Amino acid sequence: MSMALSVEGLKVYYNTEKGAVRAVDDVSFDLARGESLAVVGESGSGKSTLGLSLIRALPKNATVVSGRVFIDGEETLSLSLQDFRRRYSWKVISMVFQGAMNSLNPVLKVGDQVAEPLIYSGSADKDEARRRAMDIIEMVGLPREFYHRYPHELSGGMRQRVAIAMSLVMNPKILILDEPTSALDVTIQAQIMNLVKDLMERLGLSVIFITHDLALASDIADRIMVMYGGQIMELGSIERVIGEAPKHPYTEKLLASIPRLRSEGIPEFIPGRPPDLSSPPPGCRFHPRCPYAFDKCKSEEPPLFNVGGGHLSKCWLHGE
Amino acid sequence: MREVIRLESVKKYYEVRSGLLGSKTLKALDGVTLSVGMRETVSVVGESGCGKSTLGRVSIRLLDVTSGRVLFKGVDISKMKEEELREQSFRKKMQIIFQDPYSSLNPFMRLGEIVAEPLEIHGYGKEEIRESVSRALEDVKLVPPEEFVNRYPHELSGGQRQRVNIARALVLGPEYIVADEPVSMIDASSRAEILLLLKSIRDQRGMGVLYITHDIATARYVSERIAVMYLGEIAETGLTTSVLKTPIHPYTILLLNSVPEPDPNNRRRRRLVIKGEPPSPLNPPSGCKFHTRCPIAMERCRAERPVLREYLPGHFAACHRAEEIISGAVSVA
Ligand SMILES: Nc1ncnc2c1ncn2[C@@H]1O[C@H](COP(=O)(O)OP(=O)(O)OP(=O)(O)O)[C@@H](O)[C@H]1O
Ligand SMILES: Nc1ncnc2c1ncn2[C@@H]1O[C@H](COP(=O)(O)OP(=O)(O)O)[C@@H](O)[C@H]1O
Ligand code: SF4
Ligand SMILES: [Mg+2]
Ligand SMILES: [Mg+2]
Repeated sequence: MSMALSVEGLKVYYNTEKGAVRAVDDVSFDLARGESLAVVGESGSGKSTLGLSLIRALPKNATVVSGRVFIDGEETLSLSLQDFRRRYSWKVISMVFQGAMNSLNPVLKVGDQVAEPLIYSGSADKDEARRRAMDIIEMVGLPREFYHRYPHELSGGMRQRVAIAMSLVMNPKILILDEPTSALDVTIQAQIMNLVKDLMERLGLSVIFITHDLALASDIADRIMVMYGGQIMELGSIERVIGEAPKHPYTEKLLASIPRLRSEGIPEFIPGRPPDLSSPPPGCRFHPRCPYAFDKCKSEEPPLFNVGGGHLSKCWLHGE
Repeated sequence: MREVIRLESVKKYYEVRSGLLGSKTLKALDGVTLSVGMRETVSVVGESGCGKSTLGRVSIRLLDVTSGRVLFKGVDISKMKEEELREQSFRKKMQIIFQDPYSSLNPFMRLGEIVAEPLEIHGYGKEEIRESVSRALEDVKLVPPEEFVNRYPHELSGGQRQRVNIARALVLGPEYIVADEPVSMIDASSRAEILLLLKSIRDQRGMGVLYITHDIATARYVSERIAVMYLGEIAETGLTTSVLKTPIHPYTILLLNSVPEPDPNNRRRRRLVIKGEPPSPLNPPSGCKFHTRCPIAMERCRAERPVLREYLPGHFAACHRAEEIISGAVSVA
């Protein structure tokens, strides 16, 4: 059986006055059916760009330089945008955008916004669309009457539920969630995480969960993909990467920087700052901040080494 | 330990318009008593809107109180006039660091000028300014200072900018600093740096720090004491170790439960969460304000407001069922 999603050698650059910003720079991975993959990285590491490229919703100044994206076995980057929208957007793959809860249309009832893709695609008439939207609104844990509310009448957590409802209204199989809880209090965050877990189970979704928070990633994901400077640094099952120990120095340091509530030890920090993606450092992109860097790291880019059991790590420490 | 700041029964009310004609009272702080010692950090934690920033601002007289007292080393500054606050140097001795490292620095000024500005406002001489700026930049590890004074904010990372904000707060030699969510907008990999820095500067300079955060996990590393707020009141306060190890108030217990940890054993497990959202402070619940979300609320909780009582050494909670919770007779989570 084919993967829900397969990405091969994807490169997405932004055209800016400083030159090309290499936001996603040679990224390959698979997403199995029913699997959840967490994409983790600091601000600017290319997480959103990756998500947007999968649903063909990149901003105008972005270019897919190379790569292929297979959904259910069919290559989708070569489809015309029109074709892609008609056949895939919302129905097969959809996304809860970063900051979605703050970009709902203020003058439209939230229910009408949830129902919009149904009407727009012609897959339901008005009454049917409304009924279906109410079902989804209920499924994400809000009362059906919320259909008639306006965004400003809802709290942040409720608006995030609406954004999730919008993404689900056409029954997609693959859902990308981009930082769905980062603007929320931990109490509300925990509620939304429970909701996402419920929905994954009930709907059998394949999920890409984008977050900067390793703790949230290990709360939900089967596998984790750690990005830095537009590239995958480490990719593996959550048990191996977080449960046992990270193999890549960046993941190791990122994990050590998390303040822990329930265990001893003082959080560390990574000196320096992430690379400027219009002129990334040669060799390993993490080398200027890496405590283990040696000569080779400064000049040659390491490949993704297979360190066992499908666990990948892009670091020269693993060998030649 | 000597106190640098003490708030006594502080209330801060706002009249906000509601409807066409009416106005309502919003109780942002509803009777808060809290102190910060010299060389001590006290964390204030709670959900957004619970009054953390208001508390911080009231404590340095950026806001006036509605009632209650604010004491700086025993002197009531809550009604002092602005000139007097200046003349008696209270304005220099109390500083604040804000959350957003991006908008809080003037993009057209060099770092040297930004850090020197408070000194210029207070009329310091050139030589003194140069020395204080150098020392502050060294304290926040923007070294060597000569290399940083000529830079502009856009040439810095978020973490470095926040260090500039700290340096700026330090130049006047404050004895009390409010840090209002200083790391919430900084990348995870740099947060610890800022927090550890704040702690070491506090130790060196012997200041008191009020650390405001919505991230209770960070409170562990920086503070000796912690105060958990809910809807303008302190629900629980005590030594950080005690509160985190033996939380008493149901709100604290559930809040701690909501915090994720990087541990795959929790994967896909449903978390026990606090139901619903905090009620509007315009229309707070009667009795214990937490009763609408509390899993063990009783009739009495709806009628009677619980007071803060000491149940464990130095550890206070405002809950009618505190004793049962401590003894294990009733369990919250
Ligand atoms: N429209 C754009 N034009 C130019 N550069 C862009 C654009 N959008 C993003 N970038 C750049 O591309 C890189 C990756 O950005 P992206 O938004 O994908 O990161 P991210 O990992 O989602 O970050 P965050 O955690 O802050 O959301 C960054 O260097 C960013 O500055
Ligand atoms: N200037 C103001 N006028 C009216 N209400 C305010 C004002 N400032 C804060 N509030 C209200 O006071 C409450 C506490 O706010 P705040 O101290 O900012 O909380 P926190 O910092 O914990 O998020 C909130 O309900 C907020 O809306
Ligand atoms: S006083 Fe009652 S409602 Fe309030 S926290 Fe305690 S048990 Fe719950
Ligand atoms: Mg993003
Ligand atoms: Mg605040």
